[in-house]
Amino acid sequence: MSSHARPAAEPAPVILEMAGIFKIYGSGAAEVRALDGVDLAIRAGEFVAVMGPSGSGKSTCMNILGCLDVPTAGSYRFHGVDVSALHRDELALLRRHYMGFVFQSFNLLPRVHALGNVELPLVYQGVRPAARRARALAALEAVHLGDRAGAVPSQLSGGQQQRVAIARALVTEPSLLLADEPTGNLDTATAGDIMSLLESLRRERRITIVMVTHEPDIAAHAERVLQFVDGRLVRDGPPA
Amino acid sequence: MRPVDTLVIAVQAIGRNKLRSFLTALGIIIGVASVVVMVHLGRSATRAVTEEIASIGSNLLFVMPGTSQRGPGGLRIPAEPFELADAEAIEREVPGVVVAPSLSRSATVVYGNANESVSVEGTTNAYFEVRNHPLAYGRPFEPAEVRSGAAVCIIGQTLVDDMYLDATPLGSTLRVGRTACRVVGVLSAKGTSMGQDRDRTVLMPIKTVQRRLAGELDVNVMYVSALVDGTTPRVQDDIEALLRQRRRIAPGAEDDFNVRDTQDVADALERTTNTLTVLLGAIAAVSLLVGGIGIMNIMLVSVTERTREIGIRLAIGARTADVLTQFLVESVVLSTIGGIIGLAIGMSATWLATAQLDLPFVLSPGTMALGFGFSVFIGVLFGFIPARKAAHLNPIDALRHE
Repeated sequence: MSSHARPAAEPAPVILEMAGIFKIYGSGAAEVRALDGVDLAIRAGEFVAVMGPSGSGKSTCMNILGCLDVPTAGSYRFHGVDVSALHRDELALLRRHYMGFVFQSFNLLPRVHALGNVELPLVYQGVRPAARRARALAALEAVHLGDRAGAVPSQLSGGQQQRVAIARALVTEPSLLLADEPTGNLDTATAGDIMSLLESLRRERRITIVMVTHEPDIAAHAERVLQFVDGRLVRDGPPA
Repeated sequence: MRPVDTLVIAVQAIGRNKLRSFLTALGIIIGVASVVVMVHLGRSATRAVTEEIASIGSNLLFVMPGTSQRGPGGLRIPAEPFELADAEAIEREVPGVVVAPSLSRSATVVYGNANESVSVEGTTNAYFEVRNHPLAYGRPFEPAEVRSGAAVCIIGQTLVDDMYLDATPLGSTLRVGRTACRVVGVLSAKGTSMGQDRDRTVLMPIKTVQRRLAGELDVNVMYVSALVDGTTPRVQDDIEALLRQRRRIAPGAEDDFNVRDTQDVADALERTTNTLTVLLGAIAAVSLLVGGIGIMNIMLVSVTERTREIGIRLAIGARTADVLTQFLVESVVLSTIGGIIGLAIGMSATWLATAQLDLPFVLSPGTMALGFGFSVFIGVLFGFIPARKAAHLNPIDALRHE
């Protein structure tokens, strides 16, 4: 995690590590194994796409990686800390300080302007209003929306809303960005713009991105693709 | 998270839906306003009664018929009224007293084109001394007029003002009910008390009222004044003994009449007004409770509507306590605003009502604090369940909520 220069040959540290993760709903005959023994390691700075048909467990995997959910069994180490048995408030603190989320449906607060939406994570971090405003504006400028800070989501296009959501995810300078079908509601051209934005932000900020998608075109932007089927990780490698 | 940010979020959420917020707070507004009005008016009435009684004096006794158990099967029935002979007997046999028997009827009085509805009180000249209500001018009744029940009257200041304009009432003829009376005197002004104009009255010899207005020989009440200070308890006992004997009440049986001094009357009235205050206050408190339920209802709706917002906040890193406080503060702010508005409306209404009813305006900081505190408490109480519901949402489900 240190910022001093290290030799290019040395691989980046593993920051996400799943070992024997199970997520089981129901019991007996009605038992559903959303995740059925998943082992996984992701290094700092990787851009990983998670693919698979619906019901394959990719979203469950994503929710556990994002500390929105806890596994039924197995260990998940985030920055070397086993978080699989933490209380929901401790998970909330992890999300608050280490993670950013981007969703398919943007999930901005509808009647709050863009700046307010981007400020929100900083409000929960207890940052003072002046500092909050400056950082949120900087984040909006990073996604090229500095001039739309006062607009409410309904006044913005889908692509612009998703960029506000990305600014909100990055304003806390998280180490992990989780994106759940970030281009699912966008047309192809806008989707391309969003992907280039994510890629450039990743390069500039050395941030780890895990992205769920079912579009191979979008997954092609990643350097590594995880393929899920029936709760199992069936393929782990570069994009096809 | 800084507390001020929680407050800002709550206020913004309230401001986003102004009409709904107002309607939600309305329950609390009405509740607090009614508690404040009821309790304050109750206090004012009590104060008025106490002041009133104090002004009557401490040597006065009221002798009134009560109830007896002589009805069929021992049922309570109104006791026999007094007669003039009872008043004469008290005056004769109890030393050191002045007795004014009284019989009241309401009647319409007419003079020229003017008419007024008044209370006509039949009594004797003792009334002026016993009730501490002297003549302003004119003369009292002649002994012969009292004995014979002559058609003469003494009128209160309001009637003079309203009916006679510039004319002098003395010697004029006033029609009281169907009887033409000669006005021989005017009572001094007593002013208004407890919303009642004490100068809107007509005095006549008691026999005149008995024969010409009431058509019966009863005496409603006897006012007895003890001439020597401190003898009131002794006089009270003497009157009780005398009346038991005259009314043939067996030893051990209870009195079928009451002899009350002014303190008894004050206490009784105060008990009545206090009971009323408590009762009305309780009804008002129930409306406050209903207001609280209204808040809970709307907050529950609001939590459901804002499930997705809650999901976003949780994903971004809000803890259970952050969401709980946010909704709790929202409902407390709502109920507090309602409490403040209710307090203002309640105080204005009390002020108007006391001015109208001619009651003293008694400010009760305790009641105000109670009404206000209760509204805040209601906000916490009824905001808690919705806030808890919001705080314990599962972030994943909340985010997927449509």
